[in-house]
Amino acid sequence: MQVNEKEFKPTIVAFCCNWCSYAGADLAGTNRLNYPADVKIIRVPCSCRVNPMFILRAFQRGADGVIMCGCHPGDCHYTTGNYYARRRMTLLFSMLDYLGIERERTRVEWVSAAEGAKFAATMNEFVETVTKLGENKRLEDLRCKEK
Amino acid sequence: MQRIGVFVCWCGSNIAATVDVEAVSEALKSEPGVVFSTNYQYMCSEAGQNMIKDAIKEHNLTGVVICSCSPRMHEATFRKTVQGAGINPYMVEIANIREQCSWIHKDKQTGTEKAIILGKAAIAKVHLNAPLTAGESPVVKRALVIGGGIAGIQTALDIAEAGFDVDIVETKPTIGGKMTQIDKTFPTLDCAACILTPKMVDCAQNEKIHIYSYSEVTAVKGFVGNFTVSIKKKARYVDTTKCTGCGVCTEKCPVKNVPNEFNLGMNNRRAIYIPFAQAVPKVATIDADYCNMLKNGKCGVCSKVCTAGAIDYKQQDEIIEEKYGAIVAATGFNPIKLDNFDEFAYSQSKDVITSLEFERLTNAAGPTSGQLLRPSDGKHPHTIVFVQCVGSRDTSGCGKPYCSKICCMYTAKHAMLTREKYPDTDVYVFYIDVRTPGKNFDEFYRRAVEDYNVHYIKGMVGKVAPRADGTLDVQASDLISNEQLHISADLVVLAAAIEPDKSARPLATMLTASMDTNDFFTEAHAKLRPVESPTAGVFLSGTCQGPKDIPETVSQASAAAAKVIGLLCKDKLTCNPCVAHSDEMLCNGCSSCEKVCPYGAITYSDKEFRMPDRTTAIRRVAAVNEAVCQGCGACTVACPSGAMDLKGFSNKQIMAEVDAICK
Repeated sequence: MQVNEKEFKPTIVAFCCNWCSYAGADLAGTNRLNYPADVKIIRVPCSCRVNPMFILRAFQRGADGVIMCGCHPGDCHYTTGNYYARRRMTLLFSMLDYLGIERERTRVEWVSAAEGAKFAATMNEFVETVTKLGENKRLEDLRCKEK
Repeated sequence: MQRIGVFVCWCGSNIAATVDVEAVSEALKSEPGVVFSTNYQYMCSEAGQNMIKDAIKEHNLTGVVICSCSPRMHEATFRKTVQGAGINPYMVEIANIREQCSWIHKDKQTGTEKAIILGKAAIAKVHLNAPLTAGESPVVKRALVIGGGIAGIQTALDIAEAGFDVDIVETKPTIGGKMTQIDKTFPTLDCAACILTPKMVDCAQNEKIHIYSYSEVTAVKGFVGNFTVSIKKKARYVDTTKCTGCGVCTEKCPVKNVPNEFNLGMNNRRAIYIPFAQAVPKVATIDADYCNMLKNGKCGVCSKVCTAGAIDYKQQDEIIEEKYGAIVAATGFNPIKLDNFDEFAYSQSKDVITSLEFERLTNAAGPTSGQLLRPSDGKHPHTIVFVQCVGSRDTSGCGKPYCSKICCMYTAKHAMLTREKYPDTDVYVFYIDVRTPGKNFDEFYRRAVEDYNVHYIKGMVGKVAPRADGTLDVQASDLISNEQLHISADLVVLAAAIEPDKSARPLATMLTASMDTNDFFTEAHAKLRPVESPTAGVFLSGTCQGPKDIPETVSQASAAAAKVIGLLCKDKLTCNPCVAHSDEMLCNGCSSCEKVCPYGAITYSDKEFRMPDRTTAIRRVAAVNEAVCQGCGACTVACPSGAMDLKGFSNKQIMAEVDAICK
């Protein structure tokens, strides 16, 4: 019997804004909508709190994909936060692409507090995409590696 | 180094069934700084909370990590708990191992592994937590109710009753809303006007209530306790302080062909009008789209006949600004447009009407003075077909996916009243399901079937075809007998789905209140906080939150009022201490943060700094007004020198979480 011990499990960091997406993720949970355990959520007050440094750090530390979720454009709890986030991420993601981190490993998605199903579907799809791409080594900081 | 205590909750079996709580508390014990780790059945229970308090005292804990349900649920609870044991409430972090772990992962090993990682991230964060002190902000003791239907009226009356000032903003020339158009109300069949109009008059006479009719909210600034709202008073070309509501102008106006929206266009009104006899405020309004004087300067009849001299053709829209402590959204509903439902021939035949039109046809103040007559030829209909769920429970995309909730009951009412008044009429009701939960609702429906012999047929109407003889061929299937039916009807009444009023979406944007995919306002918690929006200080009343009948709307309106009163009773509110702050030593005064701040919370000033060589230098640095900052964090990312950081969600804290997750 062949042991499939090398089955690749990606590390995915999801930044979720407190008002819409984090609540959407909670709703997915309340409705028992499955998505892979590879996704770990970090709560931020607003998508505009996500500093590009956090995303760089995640990739440096071995994340295989990073997704940022916020309120739908126009629905930001702080009125304009997600517009800033959208612009910043557009720039950051194109820079990451240039550095060799495939465009598919980064994503921005708008998920409202009522969209539990969308949250679960997005995460399922994102994990599938990243799993297909395989491990990300481009930005990995070897000094961070244990052993 | 912090001394951290970890508390893993089983949440009964909600967490414990798919997460090995013992293994989680054991694994987290070896994390740096953790001096105590345990698990318990219900951490939020009194026993659980006491366990936390005791552990804090016994082990001299400085930080607490709770692995439990979502922080949106119990963060406040646990903050209070640790405060009770003498540590700062902001030294608590929650690892969400229920909603975002145990409930979505069926495999126990997977769930346990993820729970451990989430716990580690929370521990890493709490290491960097610092005690925070919340500031205070004053409360403006005045409430705003947006929408003057039965929901808004009830909310305003209850708030005023408690002694607070309250303003109602209504877009129509009169308050009253949809209920004014309804004839009778289920299940008691009392007349809508008889129970509503006294409340409207109460509003007008209550000195605590101010009504801005024919007005809309155009901008909202500020936050809970201190909103600044711009209200546009649309020009009605009549001085409301002079108009006595005598109605002479509305009789003399020569423009007679304006569709009367109160009767849903089934008859006409004049260009100057009072919507209906019991309107509040009872003053005339000129419809600028039709008035000859306003369009081409020729006429002026109303001005000549007005003995009070109230007509003012030069009136302009006026925008005023008011301050409020709390805002209640009560924007209500509308029946959907039936453009997507050609099969029912609504646009082709005058004798296919909506249920709200049926209300007007049976109302004594309606276009037919209460006589049930066919709109096409004015004859009494002998066969009436009611079609339920037109656009409700419709997943095809043409209508709405939800149940509109009120249609089963009002159709039973229509059918019953028709049979009562005109026993010679045959009444058919086509339904998918009859839903009658509610006090005395099922009894009411059964009376329609059993005592009034209304023919209820389970099945869908496929097509309504107008015939040359003026009748309507209703083609339907009877799902129980499995037959195709052709009914020759004189009148077809469609129970159109209801949808939130179109003004709700832009209002939600102004209030930064969230909405669901159907444009109903989202409540802070579906079960436990049903009348509050997630945005502090914004409350929800009536159908803007979801389909409701009148009794439910009134209960929710009073509940919203109770919440508003609770807020306005306070002299000061505790602010969110998770706000931005600037490190003056790093700030270079570039203004990047000020530009992105949506609240104008950042100001600059020149400050004197002592340099290492004992000279002094004056530099321009940013400072955050903590009472105004709402803690979004936009400035922290915009700051190029890293001077701006957010308390409670600092760069270092989030980085630590990232590290813990990616390890």
